[in-house]
Amino acid sequence: MALMLEPNISDPDGFYDTLLAAHDGLSAAQSTDFNARLILILANHIGDRAVLSEALAAAAE
Amino acid sequence: MVETRYSTEFTLYPYLGFPQEKTRHPVVVIGAGPVGLALALDLGQMGTPVLVLDDHEGPGQGSKAICFSKRTLDIAHRLGAAAPMVEKGVIWQVGKVFHGQDKLFEFNLLPEEGHRNPAFINLQQPLFEKYLHDAVTAAQSEGAPIQIRGRNRVTAIADQGNFVRIDVGTPDGAYQLEADYVVACDGARSPSRDMLDLTFDGRVFEDNFLIADVRMKADFPTERWFWFQPPFEGAGQSALLHKQPDDIWRIDFQLGWEIDRKRELDPARIRTRVDAMLSSQTGTIPDYELVWTSIYTFQCRRMRDFRKGRVFFAGDAAHQVSPFGARGANSGLQDAENLAWRLDLVCKGIAAPGLLDHYCTERMFAADENILNSSRATDFMTPKTGVSRQFRNAVLHLAGRHAFARPFVNSGRLSVPCTYDGFAGFGPDMLSGPKVTRPGAACPDAPVADGYLLDHLSTGFALLVIGDIAAAPVTTAGVTAETVHITAPTDALAARYLGDHPGAVYLIRPDQHVIARWQTFDAKNVTAALRATLGQEAANGADA
Repeated sequence: MALMLEPNISDPDGFYDTLLAAHDGLSAAQSTDFNARLILILANHIGDRAVLSEALAAAAE
Repeated sequence: MVETRYSTEFTLYPYLGFPQEKTRHPVVVIGAGPVGLALALDLGQMGTPVLVLDDHEGPGQGSKAICFSKRTLDIAHRLGAAAPMVEKGVIWQVGKVFHGQDKLFEFNLLPEEGHRNPAFINLQQPLFEKYLHDAVTAAQSEGAPIQIRGRNRVTAIADQGNFVRIDVGTPDGAYQLEADYVVACDGARSPSRDMLDLTFDGRVFEDNFLIADVRMKADFPTERWFWFQPPFEGAGQSALLHKQPDDIWRIDFQLGWEIDRKRELDPARIRTRVDAMLSSQTGTIPDYELVWTSIYTFQCRRMRDFRKGRVFFAGDAAHQVSPFGARGANSGLQDAENLAWRLDLVCKGIAAPGLLDHYCTERMFAADENILNSSRATDFMTPKTGVSRQFRNAVLHLAGRHAFARPFVNSGRLSVPCTYDGFAGFGPDMLSGPKVTRPGAACPDAPVADGYLLDHLSTGFALLVIGDIAAAPVTTAGVTAETVHITAPTDALAARYLGDHPGAVYLIRPDQHVIARWQTFDAKNVTAALRATLGQEAANGADA
């Protein structure tokens, strides 16, 4: 399976809002820690090492 | 004059007086530590004369390396030294991981069935050396040509092209000896390396570890406890508690770089830390005494080449890793067994000296693998940047709640033998069998009718024939691969060596690494693979 780079979330505005809301009231350091945990949780869910490598490359572009 | 550099735990190889040198030695080993002793024992048992020089008369004081892996025990078993190690050693299964005040999770390392030896034991290094030395003494009494000279310090090494000249100092003055080959097993600060003006490059980790061995009679669980960011006053970045034999507990505190060594070694200060650690889970301080304390700094580095002419380097002299994962002494033992059979065949004139080159390619690859694992553990335990600390703490946070994050937690990955995938002298793999026994891998143990498989793979090259296959020993280029026939494999043996096949034929090196495997026996194929291993003709594909 290749990395999905086409739209894949049914409610983009709603998800974006929820993502930002999750950081409400967090300091910059707390937000960074939150993001680190989120990345690890999502990465494990994806699992596929090749997809993860593609995601890392896409993020670095 | 031979200056004393450290106190010894006990005397194993006392000074025997000024030696009378008459002959050239096929192999001289410098250093009678775990690696030097194992190498000497292996060579001596194969009948190649070996002389070991050590500037002391026994192992240095202190527990030092305390974790010995299954592969090390399998090697020691082949050499006849493992039984007392396993008998004396501590086997632990339960580990607990803490982050600050919180216990994140605990694990139980249930052993895989069907192996003679446990995954690892905890045993003080001086005892490990003593048991190896006991096996040397036993081998000597059966005629093995092994000599150990205590208080014989090497002061100069000169490669003369067709032999090596060594200057040696003794309490009664200096002498010279000659050797065909020299193996320096003289530790991380190898004087031999310096004498030959060779560099030791790599990554220095700026960290200090305080080790305290305490003797505790109290009832304390046989578990490994590891703290990230321990909550005790001044305990540093991480702390580790685990058990050795004789009521001794090893405690490590990772103190950081900028420390006052002398102050940190003050027994009162050490006791304050140890009190806090030991009472953290029970609330009471058990009775204990400090047995040994030491501060060390570690590095991950290796020599660019493990040989210089006729001088080879093995163990910590050749490569150094962090202690996480117990990859120091354990990899050193694998160096020794990789080199022993090669030196034996070359010294007996059976194989060409080119066979020795593959010691370097294989063991340098293994050292890099160990350094990689050890560096990764170090980076997890001591994050070097803000972002690495954030991810590390994210892992620890999640590991307390979700199983998925626990495999990221890295306080060291235990030493396992290196698999020489794709190296010259291995192959072909004509079985498409289990991965664990592919060419290049160290043979995993398995139960057989009369004990364990590795008992049958203990001398020279072996042709392991499993199932209903007719086969005969194969002799070529001066060596014979004797057949070991297992007609009725146990389930565990079938799972590790057959997969879906009814039978298989494995060609195995003296160091128990798989050379090649087939579904059927054909002497031509075995001959070709054996010759390729000996460097007689090109490896791979010759019989495909």
